Amino acid sequence: MTDPGGVSIVVRTVSRIMIPFIQLFGIYTIAHGETSAGGGFQGGVILGTSIILLSIVFGLKEADRRMPRELLTAFMCVGLLIYSGIGVLDLLSGGRYLEYSSLPLPLPPHEISALSILGVEIGIGITVMAVIILLFFCLAGERDA
Amino acid sequence: MIKIFSIISLILVGLVFFYIAEEMPDFGNPDNPTNNNVSRRYIERSLEETGVRNMVTAVLASYRGYDTLGETTVIFTAGVATMFLFQRWKKEKPPGVRK
Repeated sequence: MTDPGGVSIVVRTVSRIMIPFIQLFGIYTIAHGETSAGGGFQGGVILGTSIILLSIVFGLKEADRRMPRELLTAFMCVGLLIYSGIGVLDLLSGGRYLEYSSLPLPLPPHEISALSILGVEIGIGITVMAVIILLFFCLAGERDA
Repeated sequence: MIKIFSIISLILVGLVFFYIAEEMPDFGNPDNPTNNNVSRRYIERSLEETGVRNMVTAVLASYRGYDTLGETTVIFTAGVATMFLFQRWKKEKPPGVRK
């Protein structure tokens, strides 16, 4: 019982169940970078591998339908813009570039810093995820039209 | 002749290396020059200065924030370069491509 791609129904069913959990674990890894092991780079790679698994099992066309390249390009830029935008916000609120505690929020300075670091990690995660998927799509998509 | 000369010079250089390795600081000694005030500052004050409990994240995102911004830019640049090299353009061909 195989589809034209030659992937059996066991692999398809298991990966259909596993992909949401892989993505959840990736988001967990990004969000818990401040308190435990993890961070934007690692979580972004985990998020990217879920889409790579999708494209290996269900084919590049299906993965491209779920995650179009235009969206990936936008994600790639948005993640970097989040990171550098936090630095520019610090600059606008009177501090130095990436001096997180200078944001004018009603919180103690180390809380503002922790929030900004979370934002930075999310930005890194979005960029890394988009680049990993885009690398796979670009390098794998040569053979079939 | 050249072989003998190179063997002798290799032995001499090796002896110099062994002599220097004797003088290197002990592994894991807290009085080493690498365990200076910078790492002590990270260990003692990273929580109150950055509000982040994970010391690695504190160094990565706060103390070395410029470095991490550069790393993210490197990854972004790698993605853009791969896209320009390997992307097949649907609507119009990029300039310079024959046929």
